[in-house]
Formats: sequence, structure tokens, C-alpha cells
Amino acid sequence: MSGPLLSLRGVSTYYGSVAALRGVDLDVGEGEIVTLIGANGAGKSTLMMTVFGAPRARSGTIAFAGQDITGLPTHRIARLGLAQSPEGRRVFPRMSVLENLQMGAALHDGRHLAQDLEKVCTLFPRLKERLGQRAGTMSGGEQQMLAIGRALMSRPRLLMLDEPSLGLAPLVVKQIFAAIAALNREEGMTIFLVEQNAYHALKLAHRGSVLVNGRITLSGPARALLDDPSIKAAYLEGGHAPVETVPGEA
Amino acid sequence: MAAAPAPPAALLKDAGLFALVAFGLSVPIVSYRTDLGASGLELTPRWGLVASLCAAVFLLRIAQRLVLDRRAARAARTPAPHQASEAASAEPKAGRSLSQLGLSRLGLPLFVGFALTLPLVAALATGGLSPARYWIDLGILILTYVMLGWGLNIVVGLAGLLDLGYVAFYAVGAYSYALLSTVFGLSFWICLPLAGLFAGLWGVMLGFPVLRLRGDYLAIVTLAFGEIIRLVLINWGEVTGGSAGITSIPRATFFGVPFKAGPDGFSALVGLAFDPMHRIVFLYYLILALALITSLVTLRLRRLPIGRAWEALREDEIACRALGIDTTKTKLTAFALGAMFGGFAGSFFAVRQGFVSPESFNFLESAIILAIVVLGGMGSQFGVAVAAVAMVGGPELLRNLGFLKSVFGEGFDPNEFRLLLFGLAMVAMMIWRPRGLISDRIPTVALGRRKAIGKDLVREGHG
Repeated sequence: MSGPLLSLRGVSTYYGSVAALRGVDLDVGEGEIVTLIGANGAGKSTLMMTVFGAPRARSGTIAFAGQDITGLPTHRIARLGLAQSPEGRRVFPRMSVLENLQMGAALHDGRHLAQDLEKVCTLFPRLKERLGQRAGTMSGGEQQMLAIGRALMSRPRLLMLDEPSLGLAPLVVKQIFAAIAALNREEGMTIFLVEQNAYHALKLAHRGSVLVNGRITLSGPARALLDDPSIKAAYLEGGHAPVETVPGEA
Repeated sequence: MAAAPAPPAALLKDAGLFALVAFGLSVPIVSYRTDLGASGLELTPRWGLVASLCAAVFLLRIAQRLVLDRRAARAARTPAPHQASEAASAEPKAGRSLSQLGLSRLGLPLFVGFALTLPLVAALATGGLSPARYWIDLGILILTYVMLGWGLNIVVGLAGLLDLGYVAFYAVGAYSYALLSTVFGLSFWICLPLAGLFAGLWGVMLGFPVLRLRGDYLAIVTLAFGEIIRLVLINWGEVTGGSAGITSIPRATFFGVPFKAGPDGFSALVGLAFDPMHRIVFLYYLILALALITSLVTLRLRRLPIGRAWEALREDEIACRALGIDTTKTKLTAFALGAMFGGFAGSFFAVRQGFVSPESFNFLESAIILAIVVLGGMGSQFGVAVAAVAMVGGPELLRNLGFLKSVFGEGFDPNEFRLLLFGLAMVAMMIWRPRGLISDRIPTVALGRRKAIGKDLVREGHG
């Protein structure tokens, strides 16, 4: 195990002529939970999608497990062992929960489908009850669980989660974050977590970075960031550990 | 939406307004007919017709308002379900979708059973094969559209790629057979797979440039593609015969045995008296077999990873790519496969008609096939079959509505109103069943009992 599993060096991404990311450096080591926090429009989701090659980075390099993936098409990147639960969850609404999970395992032609299905159902027992239900009729929290479960079905080396707490009730957020922690603790899953919910994300993660206007302004151990006065002021609403930072119904 | 029913005065005023608009529209269009008389063109006034049209609009509008108001009142009484996952609101829907599940599951076998016995039933009902020719011919026509609908269903219903130029592949298949058989003398059974292959290749050729397009833009390019093929067929005279088309295409043989009188014909082979209807019945079962192959292949593919990938692609392309699915390959296979079945249908068309010309492959054909898929409820095999019967068989029914002559006068020809009724039927469909006739979707995998995916989840205008 040499360098980090995922590493970004000087990555810049543009939408037309508008810069969304300006020279981002970031590392995610094997077995770590790394979180990226930042306000709306800071470029968090852009960063995650740039790793997947859509949009493509205009400059800089992205390497996964030592391999340069900057120019690879999205599906080839996914085949290397990166899986994501995208922003807005993006489950297949008319397909059943089971079919959604099968799509997650599309790369493995069903070799260890039953085994992986069992694992996802243990992690999210709610999904087990709803395997036959169409995904679009489930609640937001269940859809989020499905999106994470679907990503896990591909047996990824790195799981990337884009705002899993978005629009969910505090209790559901707690369940989902507990599941993420368990994944990391019990299976050593490497997780990259993009979050607006800074308090929960930093409590969960080993390391964190703060993205402001497409630049990383602060990086360090999550504990230290939690205590950092500037972060407290900007993202934790005066230092209280507020449950209110959970965004309401989106 | 006003929940309370409108007062009668308002209702009459509203309907009167509609009648006025109808009057304004029908004056320039309907009120005078030009006839060729002794001294040139003569104008025949038809004010009676105008009056009856306006009256019809007036009454229909009142009826529509009454129905809609009652529905709105009912909707206002029952609270709107917010989230379908809540058990209480999901309960009443479950019963309904169960009955529809029965329809979509049993429908296809029923349809196939009916189709298999149609020639026999028609012959018994009309008292012989020759008098039954009209019905068998109609059956062939409908089955051709069923097959085209099922083929296009792969592209539009499953993969969610709106293709307005499907008739191009039908044309490629037809001309493939026409040219291969007249120029090289190849038999139908060799040409059939070749025609499918060529059409599939053209499908890939169309697929490549449009890979990045979706929705409206894709529709425009495929529409143009259909026109290009037709224009090439018209203008490339040395090969395609131009607008005159290709004539005297060899007829289908019974696997090499021709349908003709004499010792080496089909009737002598099976020991029947010669009857030209044998060929027609054979053609009927040929297109039925081709259509069923299309259906079986589609049903089978839906259970394989590629079929699931098509459906996932229709649902969310970005999520698909993030899951490692090669969307390029997925789209191209959908285009190629849909085109291939279009090609098979095309070569059947050529062998049945014995004559092909660009006239048969205009945009209206594409529109009819697409309408069949959309009306059927995209993705549903049985729905497509029902829609094909309605779209192709419906106009035929109009020929037999002779009693309307007693209402509208001797000169009334119901056939002239085909497209009008067609339009009315479409509008009615879009009001009452906007997601198609059979809009539930049955998952391809299930643990235990299968449940239909309710139509409520299908976005209007989407697969």
C-alpha cells in the first residue's frame, strides 16, 4: 500500500468559462472516511462528479489506486472500483428496489449477487421489507438507503456519497450516518463524504476539508476542524451542536 | 379547480362559446362545397351540416363539463395522497393495479390464442377461405403493425429513446429483400436474415451520431433520418427505381415450394386442392411467427442485464454511467435490435405486396407506429398489440358504418372522417389514459409474488 487510494492534484473544472473548481488538492487514504464540507454552490458536487469524469477536469490530475483516471469515460472509472450515491439519490423510480440493487451489481454478472444482497439488507433492514416495491414510491430516507445500497452492490474500493442527509428527517440522518460508520468500522470501507451538514459529517469522519468557492481553504483531522473557531462560526452556527443544521424538507 | 359544479347558466354560456368557435371554424371549411357542375365549379351550401356540427360541439362540451366537474368534486372530497408509500393511500390503488396486472399478464396469451385461430374462425364464419380473405388480409396488416410496434417498443418503450424515423428501417428491410431477390435471385428465407442485418447496421449508423442527443433533439434527428432514407430511395433511380419503385418481387414460397397449381406446387405436396388462399394463410402465419419472435426476444432480453440496462437508461442516464454501464453500447444495441425487427417486418412487407415504392415509407407510417407504442403504454407488449388493433383495425371498421348515411345524408362517406375520428380518439385517450392503455410495469425479477409497477409512477410522456 503506497500512496492514497484517491488523489486529486491541482484539479480545475469549468462550466463554460465559469470556474467551479480552482486547483483542488485532495487525498483519500485506504480505510479512511474523508469528508468535504462547504456551503451551497461551493463546488462539492462538482468535485465528486469531476472524479467521475463528468464534467471533465480541465487541468490537474486525478489518480485512483495509482492509476491516472483523469481522461477515462465515466463507466470505465466506475469499473475500477469507485461507486457513488449521487446528489439527489437518482434511484431508478419505476424499477423495483431489487432491480435497482441488481443494476448496482451490473458489472459482476450476478456472481455474488445473493451474498451482497444479504449484506445490504443487513445494513439497511428497511430495504429488505421493500424489495418488491418500486423505488420511486419510497420515502426520501429509504431512497437514500437504496442509493447507498446500490453503490455497495458493485463491491467498490471507494464509496463516494454526495449529501446523503439532504432533505431527510434528523432521525433518518442518524440511521444513515450510523450505517456509514459501521461500513467503515466493520469492513474497512474507504468513504468520501460530501456534506453540508458539517457537524454530523465531521463527527463521523477521520479527516475533513472545507471547500469555499472552488478552493480548499482548510484541511485537517476532523476533530480539529470541529473545534476550529472559523468553522464553528461559518458552518456550525455559533458552536452549538445543533440538530437544526439538518436541512428541512427540500 | 372549482370543486362545486358550475351553475346551469354558466355551463350553457361556456358551451355556447365553444359552439360559437366551432361555427367560426366551420364556416370557411364546411359551409360550402365546390362541385364540378355544367358551368364550371358550383357552390353547394351545407348549412345543415354546419348546424349539426355546432350542436354536436355544444352538447359534447356540456357533457365534458359535467364529467369533469363531478370528478373535481370527488377529488376535493378525498384528500390528495401526498406520498404513495403511506399505506393508507396506497391501499385503494392496490386493488386496481391488481386487476390491471391480470390484464397485462393474461392479455398477451389471449391475444396470441386469438391470432392463432383467426384464419380458421374467419373461414368458418364466412363459409370458406376465399370469402374470409378480407379478414385474413386485415389480420396480416394489423400483425405487421403489431410487429413494428413491438420492434419500436425496444427503442422507445424500453430504452426511452424517442425515434421518429423508425419507418426508415422498415424501408431498408423492404428494399433489401426487393433488390436481393430481383437482382440476385435470392430466396425469401436467405433475404430475411440479410434484411434484418442490413437494417440493424443502419440502426447502428443512425445510433452513432445521435448518441449524445436526448428527448426532443433526438426526435428531430431521427425524423430527418427517416426523410433522408425516403429521399434517397426516390432519387437514386438506377438502383431503387425512383418513385416508380421495384415491381414483380418474387412471392413467398413454402420453404422453397411455390404456391401454385400443378405437381410441384404446395397444394400437390400436402395433398390439397389448389387454392390461392393457401399463400395468404401462409403469409398470415409467417407474420404472426415473426411478431411472436419479436415479442419473445424482447421479453427474454428484459430479464437479461442488457434489458435491465435499457430500462435503467430510460430512467436515469447519469446514474447508469456512474454504475459502470456503457451507455454508448447500451443505446446502440437498442437501436440496432429495434431496427433489425423493423427490417424483418420490411422484408415481409415486400414479399407480401410484391411491390415496393418510397410512397409506403413516409412520415405518417412512423407516426402511426409511434402512436401505437405510446397509446399502448410504452413498454407493454399487450398494450402495443391492442393499440395496433385499434389504430389499424379501427379505420377499417369505419368502412362498415353504412347506417350513418341515414343520419347525414346519402353523400356521407364515413371514410372521409377517418382522420377526424382518429384525432378525437387520441384526444380522448390523452385525457383519460394519458400514460397509455396498459401502463403498469411488471418487474423482471421478484422474490415471491410479482407486483405491477403502478401507472402513477410513470411520468406523462415518458416511458
